[in-house]
Amino acid sequence: MEYSLSPADLSAIWLTLKLATVVTFILLLIGTPIAWWLARTGSRWRGAAGALVALPIVLPPTVIGFYLLLAMGPNGLIGQLTQSLGVGLLPFTFAGLVIASVFYSLPFVVQPLQNAFESIPERVLETAATLRASKPDTFFSVVLPLAKRGFISAAVLGFAHTVGEFGIVLMIGGNIPEQTRVVSVQIYDHVEAMEYAAAHGLSAGMLAFSFAVLLLLYTFNPTGKRK
Amino acid sequence: MIHARFQLERADFTLDVDTQLPAQGITALFGPSGSGKTTLLRCIAGLERAAGLLQVNGETWQDETTFLPAHRRPLGYVFQESSLFPHLSIRANLEYGYKRAADRRVQPEQVIEWLGLDKLIDRRYPDQLSGGERQRVAIGRALLTSPRILLMDEPLSSLDTASRQEILPFLERLHRELKIPVIYVSHALDEVARLADHLVLLQQGRVIAGGALGPTLSRLDLPTAHFDDAGVVIEAVVAHHDDAYHLTKLEFTGGNLWVGRVNQTTGSQVRARVLARDVSIATVMPQGSSISNILPANISEIQDEGPDKVLVRMTISDKQVLLSRITRRSRDLLCLTIGMEVFAQVKSVVLTT
Repeated sequence: MEYSLSPADLSAIWLTLKLATVVTFILLLIGTPIAWWLARTGSRWRGAAGALVALPIVLPPTVIGFYLLLAMGPNGLIGQLTQSLGVGLLPFTFAGLVIASVFYSLPFVVQPLQNAFESIPERVLETAATLRASKPDTFFSVVLPLAKRGFISAAVLGFAHTVGEFGIVLMIGGNIPEQTRVVSVQIYDHVEAMEYAAAHGLSAGMLAFSFAVLLLLYTFNPTGKRK
Repeated sequence: MIHARFQLERADFTLDVDTQLPAQGITALFGPSGSGKTTLLRCIAGLERAAGLLQVNGETWQDETTFLPAHRRPLGYVFQESSLFPHLSIRANLEYGYKRAADRRVQPEQVIEWLGLDKLIDRRYPDQLSGGERQRVAIGRALLTSPRILLMDEPLSSLDTASRQEILPFLERLHRELKIPVIYVSHALDEVARLADHLVLLQQGRVIAGGALGPTLSRLDLPTAHFDDAGVVIEAVVAHHDDAYHLTKLEFTGGNLWVGRVNQTTGSQVRARVLARDVSIATVMPQGSSISNILPANISEIQDEGPDKVLVRMTISDKQVLLSRITRRSRDLLCLTIGMEVFAQVKSVVLTT
C-alpha cells in the first residue's frame, strides 16, 4: 500500500504533537501539587478530590466536552472570565482544546505521580528536614529523584492520552485546519470521505506510536517487582 | 540546659512533660514502649508539633508564638532504622546535611575517620551496606551538620547483636571526643548503663524521675531497680595489670575491684556495671571464699521485691552504692537491718568501656 502523507495530514500531525506537548507540560505543573496533596493529606476531602480527578477515566469524553463547552461559552464561568480578560471565547480555538485536554488527561498524570509520592516513606522527608533541607529543597533533592519513574510514567501517559483523544476534540475544538484538526479528527475525515488509504496511513502511524510508547513504558518502567 | 515542656493529645496516648535536661554528655530517655520517649524526642526535633515550650541553651525553639521548623533547628537526628537516601551515594548521603548546614565545625574527613567509614565510602549506594554500616553512615551524616545537640532514637534497636557491638564503641568515642550533647532514646537498660551520664525515666507520657545515671539507677523506688538486669555503675580507673594471673585492678572512690584483664592502659577511665543479682551479702568477712571482690558496706535500704526476693541497697562510700538481690529467707536468717555493717561479695563485673 503506497500512501504519502498529504500537507493536511502533516499539519494534523504537527498540531497533535504541539497540543500533546503543551498539555503534558501544563499537566506536570498542575498535576504535581495535586498528586502531592492527594498522597500526603489526611483531609476528609481527599476521597472526593481523588474521585473528581479520576472522573475523566469513566465519563464519555462527550460529557466532559459538553460541560466544558457550556463553561467556556458566552454565559459560562470560564467564558465570562476569558471575555473580561479580552481573549474572547475559547471553544473552537487551540487554547480551548488545550484546556479541555488538560481536564481530560489529568488522571493519567496525577495517578502515577500520586503512586510515586505515596511510595516515599514519611521517614525520608523527616530525615531531610533534620538535615537542614527546607520543604522545597526536600522536594527537589529527594522527592523528585525518588519519584523519577512516576514522572516519566505521568509524562508519557499524559502525552499519549492527549494524542489519542477524539470525542472531546470534536466537542470543544471542532474541525478547523491548523487550529483544532488533530490526527484523530483527520482520520475521521478521511474515513467519512472514503479515503481508506489515507486513513490507513495515519491510523497505522497512531497504532505504531501508541504501541512504541507503551512498550517503552512497560520495558523501562516496570510496575511490578523491582530488580 | 534544655527546658522542654510539651503537651500532646493522641487518641491512645497523652504526652505531658515538663523537664530540664542537661545540655552535655549523654542523656538517656528510658522507658517501656508507649511511654512517650520517642514522641518527646520528635517534639524536641520539631518533627511533632505539640503545645508547649522548648529552650535550648537559652534559645527559644518553640513557645506560644514561635515554632522553629525542624530544618531550622541546629540538631542532628538518628532514626531507629537506617534512613539513608537510596538515590544518593554514600558520600552524597554523608554530605547532604553538611552542604546545607550554616555551621561547618565538623568536617567530612574527620567523621569518616571517627566512624571508620573510609572503606564504605567507595561503595556506591546504601543498599550495598549492612544494617550496622548504614547506621554508622547515618550517624556520620547527622554529625556533619555540626549539630548543637544530637538526638538518637534507639539507633541500635533494629540491629542484630553483632552490628550493635560494632556500633557501641563508636558511640562511646563520640561521647568522649565530640563535645556534642546527646539525647538518646532507649528501652535497653544495658545500653543506657553503658552510654548514659544522665537518665530520664518516662512512663505513660510523663517523666517519673531524672538525674545523674549512678544515683538514679540505684533508687529502689524506681522501676529500673527491679529489672532482672538491674544494677549500679561504677566509674573506675585502671590501676594495675597483673600479668601472671591475667587480671586488672580497678580503683574507684571507696574501694577496688579485680576483673579479667582489661585492654586499657593504666590510668584510663572505665565504667563497670555490677548487677544486683551478682552481689551477695555476708555479715562477717568471708574466709576461704573464691570470690575476690569483697567490699565492706553499710545497708541503707531494704525493699521487698515479690514474694521471695528482697533488694538491698548498700553504701560503699559516700559516692558509691551497690544493689544486691537476695532471698527474703536470707535476709531473715542474717537478720539484715538498715544501718548494719556487712560485706558485699561481687561475683561478677560487667565492663562496659
